[in-house]
Amino acid sequence: MHELPQQLANGLALGALYGLIAIGYTMVYGIVQLINFAHGEIFMIGGFGALTTYTALPSGTSLLVAIPLMILGGALASVAVATAAERFAYRPLRSAPRLAPLITAIGLSIALQQLVWQFYPDAKKAVTFPEFTGKAFQITDNLAIQRSDAFVLALAPLCMLALGVFVSKSRSGRAMQATAQDPDTAKLMGINTDRIIVMAFAIGAAFAAVAAVAYGVDKGQINFEMGFILGLKAFTAAVLGGIGNIYGAMVGGVVLGLAEALSIAYIEEIPGMQQLGGGAWANVWAFVLLIVVLLVRPQGLLGQRVTDRA
Amino acid sequence: MTVLMEVNDLKVAYGKIEAVKGISFTVETGQIVCLVGTNGAGKTTTLRTLSGLIKPRGGSITFDGQPLGTVPAHKIVSLGLAHSPEGRHIFPRLTIAENLQLGAFLRKDKEGIEKDVQRAYELFPILGERRKQAAGTLSGGEQQMLAMGRALMSRPKLLMLDEPSMGLSPLMMHKIMSTIAELKAQGMTILLVEQNAQAALSLADQAHVMEIGKIVLSGTGQELLHNEDVRKAYLGED
Ligand SMILES: Nc1ncnc2c1ncn2[C@@H]1O[C@H](COP(=O)(O)OP(=O)(O)OP(=O)(O)O)[C@@H](O)[C@H]1O
Ligand SMILES: [Mg+2]
Repeated sequence: MHELPQQLANGLALGALYGLIAIGYTMVYGIVQLINFAHGEIFMIGGFGALTTYTALPSGTSLLVAIPLMILGGALASVAVATAAERFAYRPLRSAPRLAPLITAIGLSIALQQLVWQFYPDAKKAVTFPEFTGKAFQITDNLAIQRSDAFVLALAPLCMLALGVFVSKSRSGRAMQATAQDPDTAKLMGINTDRIIVMAFAIGAAFAAVAAVAYGVDKGQINFEMGFILGLKAFTAAVLGGIGNIYGAMVGGVVLGLAEALSIAYIEEIPGMQQLGGGAWANVWAFVLLIVVLLVRPQGLLGQRVTDRA
Repeated sequence: MTVLMEVNDLKVAYGKIEAVKGISFTVETGQIVCLVGTNGAGKTTTLRTLSGLIKPRGGSITFDGQPLGTVPAHKIVSLGLAHSPEGRHIFPRLTIAENLQLGAFLRKDKEGIEKDVQRAYELFPILGERRKQAAGTLSGGEQQMLAMGRALMSRPKLLMLDEPSMGLSPLMMHKIMSTIAELKAQGMTILLVEQNAQAALSLADQAHVMEIGKIVLSGTGQELLHNEDVRKAYLGED
């Protein structure tokens, strides 16, 4: 058990990444009850936007200077695509049966992958992303934190804090809560609910771009398919935490990340379960956790029951 | 008296079902105008159309000299038209104070807003006592007070109230009705939809009876209160 602190740190970093992406699912669902299955691709676009920005910088720019610019460039790309999707794909379907926007989202997801695959230079296979070099922070003998992990562990709480303050304190945030709770009545207050919906898509996309940069600097590469499994995991995190609740997204992400890290490390030590441990099974255990939590709490960890939301 | 709102041959449909079939009426400044009618007559549909939540199929709405039919819902409140919807529709997970603030969403005069919040607390003291409480935890009558207080927060020229006494105890209903009378005394113009015809008609300057999408009878509140058909249909007399 001596590597437990290390596993926890790994799980936390992974969970923070899931949480950042999960915000996008939960904000959009909270306001328009739409599961934006293309959000994984919004994350991927954020990564490519960041990479494009990096490529445009003079060679030899230090990562410390480059990263804020990459986040900005990535967010510009992801926000542009997400708000365009809202405007031209989802908005026309707002009063259509639920299945229509869902199928649109899946179609959009495939289209975005194919567009990047087809048109981004060399994106037919994984492309190199600037990687954090430098030694890990050695905290204790059995705990070292990679720079990329430290990056996401610092950034995720900051983003959450900013979002929390924005939603609860600002005028637009208040309007966002009102729109989520009762859109028609929000209009009666003078709130332009279309603008609020665009804002929800934009915030989710910007958070996804932050996550994409964190992912890129960790893996040292990105690819056009990366949004699929990460999107699915983040969606799982959002549901686990209680979809519609922004703090739930982060809690769900962290719980999922920890569960994965711990399952990789410890399941195979349980007698009789040697076959079911290690990285190959991590996804399975993540979804097992989801199913178990939803059996006990269908509304997710921090979610309200539907009847409380009326 | 000047005409504040003029509704002319208004038609509203849900798909193929025509819920409002060409109604006309006016509201003059300072008046209480009342719409009464059985369930499904089209009263709520009318109010929701006036505040832009539903687009009319035909006819015209003029408010304060301006045509409304195509103005989006979120721009209507700034013209001076406030709507307290049927079923109250307070924001349940926001506090009472936050609900009131949202009623003044488009106003910029911080001090004026604060003054009006205090005025709402004076009008309904219970709201002041509970200001930090989630609105969803209020009783039905308290929620109705909040919905009215919230609508007043925009400083409207015309206040539309859809069944403010729905589901309330006689005592609470009396309180709401006397508040409406008080608002009128302060000069507020009110378009009131009510099932409780007795109370509503005694307050109304003008009243209209709606049946399946049409106005079938109009008059002063007193006239309708003493009209035999109305007494039979709405005041439970035979
Ligand atoms: N969203 C909707 N879709 C389809 N039909 C509707 C819708 N809302 C109302 N209707 C129909 O329109 C008609 C008028 O309804 P409305 O709610 O305006 O009546 P009302 O006079 O307010 O009734 P009540 O006194 O019961 O509140 C009814 O026949 C109703 O079934
Ligand atoms: Mg009604």
